[in-house]
Amino acid sequence: MRRKGVSVAKRLCILDADLCVGCQLCVFACARRPGTAGVAGTGIWVRSAGGIRKGFVVIACRACADPSCARVCPVDALEVKPGGGVRLHPELCIGCHNCVGACPFGAAIWDASREKPTICTGCGYCVDYCAYDVLKLKELPANQEEVVYVGQ
Amino acid sequence: MLANEPLDRVLIIDLTKRRATVEHRTDLFQAAIGGAGVATRLLQEECPDGADPLGPENPIIFAVGPLSGLFPMASKTVAMFKSPHTGNLGESHAGGRSAVAIRMAGYGAIVIRGASSSPVYLVIEGDKVHFRDARAMWGMHSAYATGSIIRDREAGAGMRTIMRIGPAGEKCVSYASVITETYRHFGRLGLGAVFGSKKVKGIVVSGVRSLPVSDPKLYRKTYDEIFKATTESALFKKYHELGTAVNVLPMDAMGALPTRNLQSGHFEGADCISGERLAEEYLGRRVACAHCPVACIHLAAVRFPYPDEPYFYKTNMIAYDHEPLFAVGSMLGGKDGSHDTREMFRLLDVSDALGLDVMSMGCSLSWATEALERGVISVRDTDGLNLTWGDYPTYVKAAERIVSQPNDFYAALARGSEYASKHYGGADYALAMGGNEMAGYHTGPACHVGYLAGARHSHLDNAGYALDQKGAKSGGLTPEKVGKELATEEGWRQVLNSLVICLFARNLYTADLTQRALAVSGCEMSADDLNRLGQETLRLKHEFKRRCGFDLEGVRIPRRILETPTPMGRLDERFIRQALQVYREAVLPEAIPA
Ligand code: SF4
Ligand code: SF4
Repeated sequence: MRRKGVSVAKRLCILDADLCVGCQLCVFACARRPGTAGVAGTGIWVRSAGGIRKGFVVIACRACADPSCARVCPVDALEVKPGGGVRLHPELCIGCHNCVGACPFGAAIWDASREKPTICTGCGYCVDYCAYDVLKLKELPANQEEVVYVGQ
Repeated sequence: MLANEPLDRVLIIDLTKRRATVEHRTDLFQAAIGGAGVATRLLQEECPDGADPLGPENPIIFAVGPLSGLFPMASKTVAMFKSPHTGNLGESHAGGRSAVAIRMAGYGAIVIRGASSSPVYLVIEGDKVHFRDARAMWGMHSAYATGSIIRDREAGAGMRTIMRIGPAGEKCVSYASVITETYRHFGRLGLGAVFGSKKVKGIVVSGVRSLPVSDPKLYRKTYDEIFKATTESALFKKYHELGTAVNVLPMDAMGALPTRNLQSGHFEGADCISGERLAEEYLGRRVACAHCPVACIHLAAVRFPYPDEPYFYKTNMIAYDHEPLFAVGSMLGGKDGSHDTREMFRLLDVSDALGLDVMSMGCSLSWATEALERGVISVRDTDGLNLTWGDYPTYVKAAERIVSQPNDFYAALARGSEYASKHYGGADYALAMGGNEMAGYHTGPACHVGYLAGARHSHLDNAGYALDQKGAKSGGLTPEKVGKELATEEGWRQVLNSLVICLFARNLYTADLTQRALAVSGCEMSADDLNRLGQETLRLKHEFKRRCGFDLEGVRIPRRILETPTPMGRLDERFIRQALQVYREAVLPEAIPA
């Protein structure tokens, strides 16, 4: 597992999943950023919490300080960012799915079109498309662990 | 069409042969965009003249459009089939995740042919199609339970649609619905019965893919423009906050809220079923169709005590909208204003569990109640049920009998108020227009001309209620104006229904924005092209109806709509006939002998 980089880590916070109406605009936003439509390659996912009557679950990387996904990556393709979270080096990734199984949130989302995971990098593009204030981008102080209990 | 655009792929599923194939129909999608445009033409290809709506020869067609999966509020799927309820055009639209899921699975349309010899549910996962044995699920009493079972067994959570029928569909009640994502419906004209006749309990569609756009920058710019309008403009505020139930009080104040089988336009209990009151007392959650930030779907959290067990309750989440509230609220409500909202919700819940179209069910029960009051039918016919305005527990039992059909009367009621009144009498107050029960507006002549004339006899065909309200403000309507404007509006709506956008976004998707959004998807069309396509699609629908034996000239006008005054006064049959004639000349010019 490698750690490097100097940038300030940002994390996408799910402030209150009970406010989520399930519109999935965040999912489309994430996939749209590189310039295509549809949902392939998204790093955020929204599904019902066992039927729509029970509301929704919003799944995105919470930028762990000690990420399980990076620990199980056999080729160090997931670089741990200062403050938490990971950056994927796609050229190293061998498509083993280990990270998918390791993340307890299911936030390493498999992109079958590339055979690689997409893990939220905290860019915040989706935040502006959530009309219900579910999502917020927060800065994490470098190398400082912070525990936040959110609706994930 | 752009490279890698999957829209032209039509998935053809043959239930008889248990085979699935894909055809590329670039021709069709280039000429008719998608949605209603494409489905109308596929129906013409697939449905033979004289087809039995419940026979294997009746196809089921689903179609989405180029904007599905690209832009906000392109959230609807068009279903087409021959209707077992009216015997002609069956067309029903639903949102939920259906449109996005079909698009993400990589199809522009799905055609279902033949019939299965034993119950199945279909699973469409991108390129894979599975026929799952549903014998054990046949006969389950609740469509909610069917949904949960399929949800737990199948993959694709988040980007999938789960369409299913309840027992009403299995029993081929002619107004059985198909429910999707628990709270959205292909409600009208009996798609559920067509599923049932083919022994299809449900259809799951899922997929994940990307879709090409002509210019990424332009795509994001156009997207942002639409997104801004949907979230910031007043256009959506009313649906966003109170939902369509916001219409109840204004309709009632106008005297346009059909009450007790349209014996009145005022409902004493209107306040109890108003969007305002329901939000205050019952609203438990608001949800959205996929890719729609408006979130108009309002769910009531209703706590029901168990009758025989103290301190035992269940809390159900039940969707409400203006139309269901009219159909079971004002149409069946009591006279004294002491409305039992909780028991009304139970009827809504049961209607959904059974998989009935709540609008046709409500109007059929309101007809039966009046027929019983007038002695046209007796309690022997109703199997001992003394149907009385406001008595919801009895209506719940009647709804169950519409499905179980213990006698001839309920078997007739299971085919709607028009059919039942033909056999038992009381046609003057059987509120079906062109065979399909009316919607919750009695605003003036245009709404009724709209129901009678519209290709699917729905208030959403041409929004006659809106024309009435415009007319009332501007000093009246003429038959010419009504006939022409409804035909024009219905023509344009064919375009919107080809994209396929939610009709709540109709004022946002102007001709200009529609063209620009289509250009992003690689589909270049001029305003003239769009208008022509709309008119042509509407003409094809009416030709289909005519081949099925439907004649606008002979359409039955229930006397009741002429007796109960509207906000624009009493309606005149001559006015309505003239307006129908003008509409007919506008949509089917060559059908009129010189
Ligand atoms: S993918 Fe999961 S385990 Fe890895 S950093 Fe994100 S939340 Fe933590
Ligand atoms: S945009 Fe907001 S409300 Fe919509 S699905 Fe995402 S988190 Fe939920």
